[in-house]
Amino acid sequence: MQLIPCPWCGPREEAEFHYGGQAHVAYPEDPSALTDEEWARYVFFRENPSGPFAERWSHNAGCRRWFNAVRDTRTHDLLAVYRVGEPMPEVTA
Amino acid sequence: MTVSPLAAWSDRLAALAPVLDAAEVPFRSQLTVRVSDPDAIAAMGSTLGVGFPSAACTFTSGTGPCGDVEVLWLGPDEFLVTAPPDQQVTIEEVLRGALGTAWGSVVDTSAQRTTVVLQGPRVRDVLAHGCSVDLHPASAPRGTCVQTLLARTGIVLQVTGDDRVTVLVRSSFAGYLAAWLVDACTEYLAVP
Repeated sequence: MQLIPCPWCGPREEAEFHYGGQAHVAYPEDPSALTDEEWARYVFFRENPSGPFAERWSHNAGCRRWFNAVRDTRTHDLLAVYRVGEPMPEVTA
Repeated sequence: MTVSPLAAWSDRLAALAPVLDAAEVPFRSQLTVRVSDPDAIAAMGSTLGVGFPSAACTFTSGTGPCGDVEVLWLGPDEFLVTAPPDQQVTIEEVLRGALGTAWGSVVDTSAQRTTVVLQGPRVRDVLAHGCSVDLHPASAPRGTCVQTLLARTGIVLQVTGDDRVTVLVRSSFAGYLAAWLVDACTEYLAVP
């Protein structure tokens, strides 16, 4: 089974983790000012790149903390993990 | 009369000897502490007489005014304080006093988990049947405390000695875990 390196607990099996979708999706500054289309774009529209993708993961069975990971969607390799609030590191796929 | 979660399993767990000395230590006092302020953490540690663990995936133990106390790292701002039975009210008051006005919480979670102590030369082999964490002494020395899955059940695992671990398991999963342990030990038991 693939090991995912939790920034707190170290490498653990993938079964301990929960996937949380794309990272760095900022909440709108003034939600009430958004049109329906803009709101739908914020709620439903996500990137779907072929290559490195910044995602949120939760270490459900361990420290139960959310963190961010850069995963190559072509190979399922985790290129980097970093804690919430830290900037996305430079990665080379 | 209060019945511990593994009371019905004591005979079957005892029958695992000498492969594994497995026994429930029921009704331990357990308190979940959420606090991130370093001063409050230090104050709580000095009040208990046991410093809170500073490194991830470790635990500290010692004896203080509340008896033999262990403090387990559960997360960057989350700890579990465990102590002998019937200490939860005292410790809750002591820790709340030490917390003062800092942000945090102290919650009695004694009923949430029960404690199983496993000891024996085969303890790592048996756990390896259902736990992917490397428990070799080189990577999990005494003082290690990991939260992980054992046979798909969430556990807190403390390495308390060379061949000795303490497993904290949710009360409702304890029977399942005991059944799994008995099954995992089968191949090491002498054929009758």
